[in-house]
Amino acid sequence: MNEGKLTREPQAPAEDAALLPPVDVIEDASGITLYADLPGVPKDRLHVQVEADTLTLSGEMAVAVPQGMAATHAEVNLPRFRRTFTLSKELDPEKLSAELKNGVLKLRIGKAAHAQPRKVEIKVG
Amino acid sequence: MDFSLFPRDVFADLDRLQRQMQQAFEFSPSIRGFARGGFPALNVGGTPESVEIYAYVPGVDPADIEVSLERGVLTISGERKSGLEGVGAKDSVHIAERFAGKFRRVVTLSDDLDPEAVEARCKDGLLHISIKRKAAAQPRRISIH
Repeated sequence: MNEGKLTREPQAPAEDAALLPPVDVIEDASGITLYADLPGVPKDRLHVQVEADTLTLSGEMAVAVPQGMAATHAEVNLPRFRRTFTLSKELDPEKLSAELKNGVLKLRIGKAAHAQPRKVEIKVG
Repeated sequence: MDFSLFPRDVFADLDRLQRQMQQAFEFSPSIRGFARGGFPALNVGGTPESVEIYAYVPGVDPADIEVSLERGVLTISGERKSGLEGVGAKDSVHIAERFAGKFRRVVTLSDDLDPEAVEARCKDGLLHISIKRKAAAQPRRISIH
């Protein structure tokens, strides 16, 4: 493993600058599904964290680079991803499941039972 | 107005914009381009023995990626399914940023590469293509008599 050659650090490296992974967020009646593109991130380097109402996704790429390689063109120029979301109250962090496949994280957050939609009957008076 | 449950991080967006602008000034043009922002994103590097191409193809089954090398032109193509498939009429899509659809990226290679010595591996949504240089093109020390 010889990291850091593939991706160049920015001129003024911020302490932990990270790429922002593109996401899709879909809400249905029972919860929210989030898909995040995290190419090159293995399962053991992916962190999904919920703290209070903040959801943080972070991942570090594991890229095997041949010895002595010089990068000539880099569109992905940082080796890590990070993105933070604010969760709303009706989402239950206990009902969270995550699945990583081919570099895409699928995250499912269920809604608390009391927040499930109820049909309100309208009485005709 | 955007009332999404997950409001976007404005500072992260600004940061990304700044990075993109910075990248735009480091552009090295080629006739087939190295258009940035395309899918998949590419990183290219070289060693004295080989050229290494990294294509970031998250969410694409390795079996659905086609890599071809023809007359010094490497083509990576395929199709990526949308994550929004199966969204019901009552569901709401709050953020849709991920690429979906057919993709094709082309890289012009230098002519010292051996089209027979190509190796491609795909792991965690990262496709790594390694092409060896022709033995004759590798640096040699020339002795002086």
